[in-house]
Amino acid sequence: MKDLQKSELKAKLMQGNEACAEGALVAGCRFFAGYPITPASEIAEHLSVRLPQMDGTFIQMEDEIASMGAVIGASLAGVKAMTATSGPGFSLMQENLGFACMAEVPCVVVDVMRGGPSTGLPTNPAQGDVMQARWGTHGDHPIIALCPSSALECFSLTVKAFNFSEKYRTPVILLMDEVVAHMREKMVLPDAGEVEVIDRVKPSVPPEWYLPYEDTSFGVPPMGIFGEGYRYHVTGLVHDIRGFPTLRQDEIEPFLLRLFRKISTHFDDLQLVESFHTEDAELVIVAYGCVARSAHRAMVEARARGMKVGLMKLITLWPFPRRFVEPLTRAHKTLLVPEMNMGQVSREVKRVNQGMTPVLTLNKVDGTLITPQEILKEIKEKR
Amino acid sequence: MNEDRPLIYKYLRHDKKFPHVWCGGCGIGIMLGSLIRAIDHIGYTKDEVVLVSGIGCSGRLPVYVDFNTLHTTHGRALTFATGVKLAKPELQVIVIMGDGDATAIGGNHFIHAARRNLDLTAIIVNNSIYGMTGGQYSPTTPYGQRATTAVYGSVEHSFNISQLAVCAGAVFAARGTVYHVRQLDGLIEKALLKRGFSLVEVISQCHTHYGRLNKLGNQIEMMKGQRDSAVPVEKAKRMSQEEMEGKFEVGILVDREAPNYLEEYAKVQQRAKEALSLRVSKEEKEESDRREASDRN
Repeated sequence: MKDLQKSELKAKLMQGNEACAEGALVAGCRFFAGYPITPASEIAEHLSVRLPQMDGTFIQMEDEIASMGAVIGASLAGVKAMTATSGPGFSLMQENLGFACMAEVPCVVVDVMRGGPSTGLPTNPAQGDVMQARWGTHGDHPIIALCPSSALECFSLTVKAFNFSEKYRTPVILLMDEVVAHMREKMVLPDAGEVEVIDRVKPSVPPEWYLPYEDTSFGVPPMGIFGEGYRYHVTGLVHDIRGFPTLRQDEIEPFLLRLFRKISTHFDDLQLVESFHTEDAELVIVAYGCVARSAHRAMVEARARGMKVGLMKLITLWPFPRRFVEPLTRAHKTLLVPEMNMGQVSREVKRVNQGMTPVLTLNKVDGTLITPQEILKEIKEKR
Repeated sequence: MNEDRPLIYKYLRHDKKFPHVWCGGCGIGIMLGSLIRAIDHIGYTKDEVVLVSGIGCSGRLPVYVDFNTLHTTHGRALTFATGVKLAKPELQVIVIMGDGDATAIGGNHFIHAARRNLDLTAIIVNNSIYGMTGGQYSPTTPYGQRATTAVYGSVEHSFNISQLAVCAGAVFAARGTVYHVRQLDGLIEKALLKRGFSLVEVISQCHTHYGRLNKLGNQIEMMKGQRDSAVPVEKAKRMSQEEMEGKFEVGILVDREAPNYLEEYAKVQQRAKEALSLRVSKEEKEESDRREASDRN
């Protein structure tokens, strides 16, 4: 009872965007560069207040291209850095996002999805950037993208995003949507100390021995920081283990393959889902972001009516959590993928499913949230 | 030449990345010499210097020098440099760009970096053309001149890079040439020592493309052209517009004081902390008042 009172005292009514900003601070973020855009601006506004209180830096750049460049620069100088935007700005960030992939610079990019394409629907929710998060920057590259479905998850997954970016030396995308970003929910934030925070591994060898892009057993080389004695070259060109541009076939492919391997050998760590009643379910809803909330409600109501329905909430969208979806198809469960786009994740589900079980889709692109009733109706009709 | 030899061993990655990619007779190497002499004269340690570049012939420069080096995307060098400087103000951040890099694709970043007045030094090698991609016209290709994408002559008017920086708010802007190399040494050193955003525009030759397409001769003839067209700033003030036709000013165009970003942002941090401590003490007072009230009850 006493504990409850304590947590009640600490409880806050918080918006997803604010929770994301607070999560970044707890994760150790001390640099933010951004450009105003609906519906992500509250993250910048909140951090413009909070960062200078903690000797951190907030800067509003001239555009999103510049924001992403500044974030990479700050990270190379040893400060955890983040930017936040929405679809149009996310498009502009793709150029330097690719640089961060290539040069293996840890950073977090928040994309609060709104209706698209182009200027689209600035104030309406959508989930149309799933594939942009995966393939938005040119060239073959791996990426990590996480997707919160509540204000509290905006906090916890921002921390997670920073931890993944530091651990794997890669940009991590937090794919929020307008609903979770603006929804206010009651939450009790953990104390600083209660949250696991991972920092990048720095080189321990003498500077003259340091090979900045040398393979390791983990697949991620230790990261030298500008000004700390490890002078090395950082470039967006394909580079050798010393960091210098190379055109040698025996250096190009091993480097690019390592970029993939450092992600693909750690799927266990990276792929996160949350399952509800999937064991006995005949139909499993596969959902993410704000739609996972509607899906949960639909599942509860369906089960109350005696229908065996389960839910798999995807938290990691990229790398796609195949090892969780595949067992559902092997168990011959019907899958239903409701999403606020024309089928960006359902195509992934079908790829994993390979025609083994029916994959139903429920797509909505009218600028409004998919409701529990709409999902329930789909379940009833198709069952 | 001999006096430079110790500098070559000290500052170049001489055992790693040579030979370089530049054409024989390119001005970028001359500018690099000036930069290294200026850094050596000031006495910066190699660990505290961060050299940032964009894309193009000039973009390749950081590979060859033993500093913290960062070869970024096309036109974006100043944005990366902004992040580095803000994250670690004790670093000396120098940005090397070309004319197309800095004023076409990076034009917006350039004027905003000058306006923001963060303590960065930008060196723009202006050879009036895109060299690496094969001689296309750039924002500084003069009207009527030829390029591989302007074989009938360019119909666009060129930017005056230094004046652009002055108008955008740079506290230091200077123009030099790779012909006037001793002057260039001094200009770069002054720019490095200046607090705030400083620019040195370095007029250089691309005999491979610009010189060949416009029949300006080889690198030596093009450098003689720099000698003949350069007019010291003081002298230019006394010359009429007609007399200055086809010529350009060299020297310091502006050297002024303005609040720099880091000092200004330190004030923001101070204000933020004061606001926070005020709020915390107010909340603590409310909390104790509440406790007192409940004790009385």
